[in-house]
Amino acid sequence: MSKRIDVSDLNVYYGDFRAVEDVNITLDAKSVTAFIGPSGCGKSTFLRTLNRMHEVIPGARVEGKVLLDGDNLYADGVDPVTVRSQIGMVFQRPNPFPTMSIRDNVLAGVKLNSRRMPRSDADDLVEKSLRGANLWNEVKDRLEKPGSGLSGGQQQRLCIARAIAVSPDVILMDEPCSALDPISTLAIEDLINELKDEYTVVIVTHNMQQAARVSDKTAFFNIAGTGKPGKLIEFAETATIFNNPAEKSTEDYVSGRFG
Amino acid sequence: MFSGAALGAGALIVAVLFAVALFLVVQALPTFSANPAEITGGEGFFSYIFPIVIGTLIAATIALLIATPIGVAVALFISHYAPRRLARGLGYVVDLLAAIPSVVYGAWGASFLASSLKAPYAWLAEHLGWIPIFAGPASGTGKTILTAGIVLAVMVLPIIASLTREIFLQAPMLHQEAALALGATRWEMIRMAVLPFARGGIISAVMLGLGRALGETMAVALVLSSGPLIASLIRSGNQTIAAEIALDFPEAFGLRMHELIAAGLVLFLITLAVNMVARWVINRHKEFSGAN
Repeated sequence: MSKRIDVSDLNVYYGDFRAVEDVNITLDAKSVTAFIGPSGCGKSTFLRTLNRMHEVIPGARVEGKVLLDGDNLYADGVDPVTVRSQIGMVFQRPNPFPTMSIRDNVLAGVKLNSRRMPRSDADDLVEKSLRGANLWNEVKDRLEKPGSGLSGGQQQRLCIARAIAVSPDVILMDEPCSALDPISTLAIEDLINELKDEYTVVIVTHNMQQAARVSDKTAFFNIAGTGKPGKLIEFAETATIFNNPAEKSTEDYVSGRFG
Repeated sequence: MFSGAALGAGALIVAVLFAVALFLVVQALPTFSANPAEITGGEGFFSYIFPIVIGTLIAATIALLIATPIGVAVALFISHYAPRRLARGLGYVVDLLAAIPSVVYGAWGASFLASSLKAPYAWLAEHLGWIPIFAGPASGTGKTILTAGIVLAVMVLPIIASLTREIFLQAPMLHQEAALALGATRWEMIRMAVLPFARGGIISAVMLGLGRALGETMAVALVLSSGPLIASLIRSGNQTIAAEIALDFPEAFGLRMHELIAAGLVLFLITLAVNMVARWVINRHKEFSGAN
């Protein structure tokens, strides 16, 4: 399953401080959207509002609407727990549960939703998810070993397997390769290309080549200065953003000229 | 320089521990070579020590059974549920509770808790008396091993709560966010990312609490009207090693003194054994501790 996200007039606050101002954007189903921009421009904060993970941070709140195929995630009575089981997330640093085996890591999210699952179904799901994350061949002989024993790149793919095991509609990735070496990064990028056949993928990245390689559309965020809110400057096809942007600040950023 | 200081400190601890053990063994030896008829009770050291070992274990078990779940729950409430301001206040209160001297707990147990437990004990004896541990007639003063266990629980509770709270606060945010992002509720997140991380720490905290419960003298001496070993927890009777030593040592001389030191040696061995078991339990899951 894959769903579209429509964001309208979204503002994010930390206490009284407005971190992100008036974002309007549509993220297409079965596509990869990249968020780029300088540090502190609010792109990670904005990403977190798409599955209400910003609520973990004390004082963070949101005004505006986020529609997942028309259903507002911020409507009254919507449980953030339900939102997060539909919209999965992969973090900057690989974070498999250290106390669980590889197998249990993959099943961690599924066990939350359906308590009892026949062993054969669970085995099938583990294999399917690990294959989906291009990790099966590397770990099939050590499924009962701890996930923390894998390399960083493998751990990150394990986290992706864990996220797709619950069959979400959308997968959010917050700089998923920033802690990885180039070869592991390439493995993740290949994986992102495959994931978009089934999922809506949103990725925050500091690496502009990566955004150019993996995404269909790119959104550029920027801030006017410290203490000012982050804004969505430009959102277009990735080729347009990198080759022929409409805004001067976008062109300066993607070509490496600042200010 | 630093490694020398660390080595010295480590060696000092081992040396002190060894000296204590040596003292206990040497001073206890006359008891084992003495004529069994001369030992208190007249049937040898084993029949003297056995009932009070069991009494000690009963009191400590009651204390931990009550204090562990409550202590962990209090710690979780402070670390993950309470609003930040309330959490800080509660944290101070718990730390303060841990600093109250045991004689105060003993006085409270003897003068207030024991008398207010008389009615519940009578009820237990009447309705659940068929269970051996609640066999009547209930104590008229309320000064029973169960009361002692409850007082010990109250004493141990702040230790467990404040140590486990520190561990819960250190649970990595990374893994807590991972759990939440999978659609876990707060309680599910705690079970996935906090409790497994804190497992070793909880066991250590319980062991420290157990150490206090096993070795507590004053509170038990004040609260328990001691007697021979009996199964019922709500009649007067039973005794713990620590309270026995505290009550009898001032007037003991000769063989009786050696006897009490031997009792101390037994208590020392129990504590040692319990700690080794705990260490073993913690190490058994080392591979999954996240330390690698």
